[in-house]
Amino acid sequence: MSDSVLKTPEHTVPTAFTRVQLDWLPWLEPLAVDAMTPRHLESLVDAARVKSPYFRLLARDPDALEARTRTDKDIFYNPDAGLPRAERELAAAATSRSNGCLYCASVHARHAATYSKREDDVERLLDAGVAADLGERWNAIVAASVALTATPSAFGPEHVERLRRAGLDDLAISDVIHAAAFFNWANRLMLSLGEPAAA
Amino acid sequence: MSGTDADIIDALVGITPGSSLDAIRARRPEARAHAQATYRALFAPETMGNVTAQERFAVGAFVAGLHGDTAVATAYAARLADSGAAVALKDAVEAAVKEARTHGPYGSYTPGPLSREDTPGPVYRMGATTRRALGPRLAAAFEHAHMLVFHPRDAAPAALQALLDAGWTTTDIVTLSQIVAFLSFQIRVVTGLRILAGRA
Repeated sequence: MSDSVLKTPEHTVPTAFTRVQLDWLPWLEPLAVDAMTPRHLESLVDAARVKSPYFRLLARDPDALEARTRTDKDIFYNPDAGLPRAERELAAAATSRSNGCLYCASVHARHAATYSKREDDVERLLDAGVAADLGERWNAIVAASVALTATPSAFGPEHVERLRRAGLDDLAISDVIHAAAFFNWANRLMLSLGEPAAA
Repeated sequence: MSGTDADIIDALVGITPGSSLDAIRARRPEARAHAQATYRALFAPETMGNVTAQERFAVGAFVAGLHGDTAVATAYAARLADSGAAVALKDAVEAAVKEARTHGPYGSYTPGPLSREDTPGPVYRMGATTRRALGPRLAAAFEHAHMLVFHPRDAAPAALQALLDAGWTTTDIVTLSQIVAFLSFQIRVVTGLRILAGRA
């Protein structure tokens, strides 16, 4: 049997950035649950992810998926000092806004709003884009994330200086760098292996 | 710089034991270890499957070249050479980088309110000489990698069909996509930490 591109079921394509929960429809065949080996299942890290077509597709390269997921979790969930969780999520949302990943932006805008309680600012980032005025500390984090998202990178000493002036120490700045860098990884997989759909 | 055990981000940034960046990276030990584990999984896996080491490093050298960070590009070019690539392949990768280099992110949204943000940019179609040197399978991979690097929001099922047509299986495409996407992360961590350390 030769591999093929999947035809997605009829769905509503989102045409604006949103914090509303979206679905994601794969363009390539995820592993069937009953065809998954113990190694495939282990690579999901969280057993509940077996329900996700995205993770079952990535599980085709289990070692890469598992290492990806463990990198992701430490960058965003490690509670040891550095950048507050809300602002790690802000960097993820800004990166996704800049690359144009509606799905990733929806998830991480939701998290940024939940952890910061600044729904209006998060909404402004989604609606107006990465140039929206969110107050200096958030502006500095968004600007740094966007500069690092450019290819070639436009991130420079001026971004580090601005983050320091906004009160970030070097561990927090390293967290901004890692959160933005990680979403340059995640956005590319989400955007190219399937598409978002209104839930 | 060779082998897969030495931490590649540390090596490319120039992080030495006991330095302040070493201490910062030690605060996120899982991220540090698994960024390296991802590198191993993608470039020195226990089993290569259908994607050869040379293909992995050819794509790696191309993607690193597109990012325009000389130290990273040089390192991946060296690893391509170490993988046993012929001079002709290394030259073709270099030629492809020169052809394909641009500035991202750009691309188009599904028609609607976001269309006002559409930013035009090139779709890479490899030149005939480079295509002959790389062969159809790597040529398709490079054209796809260019889209992922510079204009990922233009991704569409047709791009995946082009890879299938060139002999990439579904599983191969997952690996290829991870290689390009992971490097987009790794290179940004290197660039960012280097500037944080004041070594721009």
